[in-house]
Amino acid sequence: MEPQDRVRVQLTVNGSEVSRLVEARRTLADFLRDDLGLRGTHTGCEQGVCGACTVLVDGVAMRSCLTFAAQLDGAAVQTVEGLAGDGDLTPLQEAFRRRHALQCGYCTPGFLMTATEFLRENPSPSEQEIRTALSGQICRCTGYENIVQAVREAAGTLQADQRRQA
Amino acid sequence: MPLIGVPHKRVEDPRLITGRGRYTDDVRLPGMLHAAILRSPRAHARIEAIDVAAARSAAGVVAVYTGRDIAGKVGPIPTAWLPPDSDIKATAHPALATDTVRYAGDGVALVVAESAAAARDALDLIRVSYEPLPAVVEQADAMREGAPLVHADAPGNIAFHWKAGQVSDAVFSGAEVVVRHTFRQQRLIPNPMEPRAAVAQYDRATGDLTLWATSQNPHIHRVLLSGVLGIPEHRLRVVSVDVGGGFGAKIACYPDEALTAFAAMSLGRPVKWTETRTEHFLATTHGRDMVIDVELAGRREGTLEAIRVRNIANMGAYLSTAAPGVPTILFGLIVTGAYTFEHAAVDVYGIFTNTTPTDAYRGAGRPEATYLVERMVDLFAREIGMDPIEVRRKNLVRPEAFPYPSALGLSYDSGNYQRALEQALATVDYLGLRREQAALRGHGRYIGIGCSSYVEISGLGPSEVAGAVGFQGGLWESANIRVHPSGKVTVFTGGSPHGQGEETTFAQIVADRFGIPIADVEVVHGDTARIAMGWGTYGSRTTAVGGSAIAVAADRVIDKGRKIAAHMLEAAEDDVEFAQGTYQVRGAPERSETFQAVTLQAYLAWNLPEGLEPSLEAAAYYNPSNFTFPFGTHVAVVEVDPETGDVKLLRYVAVDDCGTVINPMIAEGQVHGGIVQGIGQALWEGAIYSAEGQLLTGSLLDYPMPKARFFPTFETAFTETPAPHNPLGAKGIGETGTIAATPAIINAVVDALQPFGVGDLAMPLWPERVLQAIEAGRDGR
Repeated sequence: MEPQDRVRVQLTVNGSEVSRLVEARRTLADFLRDDLGLRGTHTGCEQGVCGACTVLVDGVAMRSCLTFAAQLDGAAVQTVEGLAGDGDLTPLQEAFRRRHALQCGYCTPGFLMTATEFLRENPSPSEQEIRTALSGQICRCTGYENIVQAVREAAGTLQADQRRQA
Repeated sequence: MPLIGVPHKRVEDPRLITGRGRYTDDVRLPGMLHAAILRSPRAHARIEAIDVAAARSAAGVVAVYTGRDIAGKVGPIPTAWLPPDSDIKATAHPALATDTVRYAGDGVALVVAESAAAARDALDLIRVSYEPLPAVVEQADAMREGAPLVHADAPGNIAFHWKAGQVSDAVFSGAEVVVRHTFRQQRLIPNPMEPRAAVAQYDRATGDLTLWATSQNPHIHRVLLSGVLGIPEHRLRVVSVDVGGGFGAKIACYPDEALTAFAAMSLGRPVKWTETRTEHFLATTHGRDMVIDVELAGRREGTLEAIRVRNIANMGAYLSTAAPGVPTILFGLIVTGAYTFEHAAVDVYGIFTNTTPTDAYRGAGRPEATYLVERMVDLFAREIGMDPIEVRRKNLVRPEAFPYPSALGLSYDSGNYQRALEQALATVDYLGLRREQAALRGHGRYIGIGCSSYVEISGLGPSEVAGAVGFQGGLWESANIRVHPSGKVTVFTGGSPHGQGEETTFAQIVADRFGIPIADVEVVHGDTARIAMGWGTYGSRTTAVGGSAIAVAADRVIDKGRKIAAHMLEAAEDDVEFAQGTYQVRGAPERSETFQAVTLQAYLAWNLPEGLEPSLEAAAYYNPSNFTFPFGTHVAVVEVDPETGDVKLLRYVAVDDCGTVINPMIAEGQVHGGIVQGIGQALWEGAIYSAEGQLLTGSLLDYPMPKARFFPTFETAFTETPAPHNPLGAKGIGETGTIAATPAIINAVVDALQPFGVGDLAMPLWPERVLQAIEAGRDGR
């Protein structure tokens, strides 16, 4: 297929219907950032290792740098911009701020999306489960400690622990 | 309410957790073109011919440039740190190679196209004929007689030779105990998660060039690029607002940003360039890569007397912007660590090789120095049969000795090294752990305890010293505080934070002094058009130096306000006190004016004291009188599986002293991140070149980065010994974790493997290396 070949895709992004003609080779990351102006999704390695570009596709965390936009006809995509929308921060976002779970912020959207999916699957995880779940994401700033604590807090496990200790 | 020492939530976060940050690659301009750079696949070769015809005619391609096309338009990238008396060969780096490529990743051609994809496609259409030349990768090989020369004018591939201190041979020949060892500081890849990027926009009408760039120091990039591009400095604006981590890699001035700017100027359209992660591995500076020989002399009862160090530092193919300062001043002056060595000497060779240039990487010289001294203390302790903690207790600089003149001429500002050590040992229950260790060994389990009591040079630094050590800039910092008529405040800082949270800590400093809410203070950084001058963020200097500038400027604002308030209150200036946002006549609380009322009067100027100018704004240019010397003790507890060589981290305790802590939440975050980077070097990270100069670890798949699941919960604490010479008492916390963690881990693993006769291990501690060391130790018994 020639790179200029274009494909029509219709999908939902953060709840809005989107219809676009895209280059067949256009990645979902580039599609979100350049075609839709959703620049909260960041690319860090273009090969699926760092996880900065993670978004939810039909509720499942996916690397948008390894996914073609053309694959997503009919899909529902959620990005970091779709977490709070124009409204209140999600409990996870709140916990990230309260727990100082970000420094430069570049990897943060990927962590938020991964943890959002994870907490939906496992609402009361152990610390080790959180660490394992986050080990597909790379953060160079925080040492992960506060990210883990933020996810714990969002899960409510931290409060439950505190209640037990009290 | 005091705001110093308060864990205030970060003001940066709301935009960053909602995807509304403004990173360089987020910049989109109408008509913007995209650049891609063809890089040499060879480590050393002569360029015979470059054929760009096919690329020029490819769909979407607007322009293709080779080194010859840019001759006279884009100058070579200079080195900005020239240690004196070092016979330095500061070979400037051509923005594109014309005759010779000197490392795999060296730029050869620039393509500009309508899309990033078209630009990258066109790279494949450029045909370059190379005549291969022999390459040299390791510094030891580069120094050998007859080794291939990276630069014809640097015989022996010696880029510079620098010395400090002296120790007579008699000290060593007469010493009771001498320990000698060689340490290898492996090469590391900085890997901030945001790749480097640049967007350039040129206004042909005015001659103004705006460059958005991933920079830790936009003003330094402005002055250097103004020279490289031949643009008057006042026509160049560098903007770096949200930067996704730097760790030293975004200090240097690189060809790529200059080429992007050049393309925008020649084509009259905005141009963007963003590196791929592979380009980051090949074309962004690396860190460390030193081979360090150490001799330590001491007494059998445990006193450390002298240390002699020879460092052979691999500088790569060119001397990057700040690179020569790293193995010399930033390393050499601190090899005595936190101990009272009477004698010390350092001998440093910077060596050219056919590899990517090295430069600052988090800690920059100080982790390497701390590593050698902390490892040597443990080796010495083992030699004399003493607990390594006892050796530390015996030799740490004592609290009453400050300011302490080190053997290498530094003046350590303040400290209580013993307190940090004892607190860390108490937290970890050192004696209990030793008992546990002994008991577990009986069951075939091997835990180890490793300690690292560091001191670092940070808060860079007095400008006079910068000059004396060859840094081609000042190291003061600027602050401008503008109080608006309504009492809201904008702070302009020359620091350029990129994750360290100074939009918050600096707002805390100002709000604390003015007695106003943090929300009333905005901190502006990273824009040469809005900030008069700045030296940027590196060397843990931003809070200590930039924050001090802000404190001084804030006090100037308060003093001017006091004059106005005294006039309004019809009181003598000396009788007016300022506290919690209110000017008040001493002893007469009913006679007061708020900060906001005084500010408004400053702008209305209806009733100002005779001769006082309107407005309320103050600048400060703070030049520190000394470096700052953060210190602390970290203790690591590990378990090693002697069957697999696997190292498991059980506990990690850090007690750090960075002087006055402005925001403990942020400071703790810096420690966490630093620890993980330091452990990354100890256990996993390492760049590997083939003998031909191919980077074998050229992607995140091949280069292991630390991941969340490898760590326990860190136990961190601070002691506070204020810096006596700056108005905040702050010392800097950005690098302590990285400096302390690496030797703590290695000391712990070596301690765990003592029963196997293991005396040292080469980093990183990949399991096969640990197993080999165990085997070698067993054979040696």
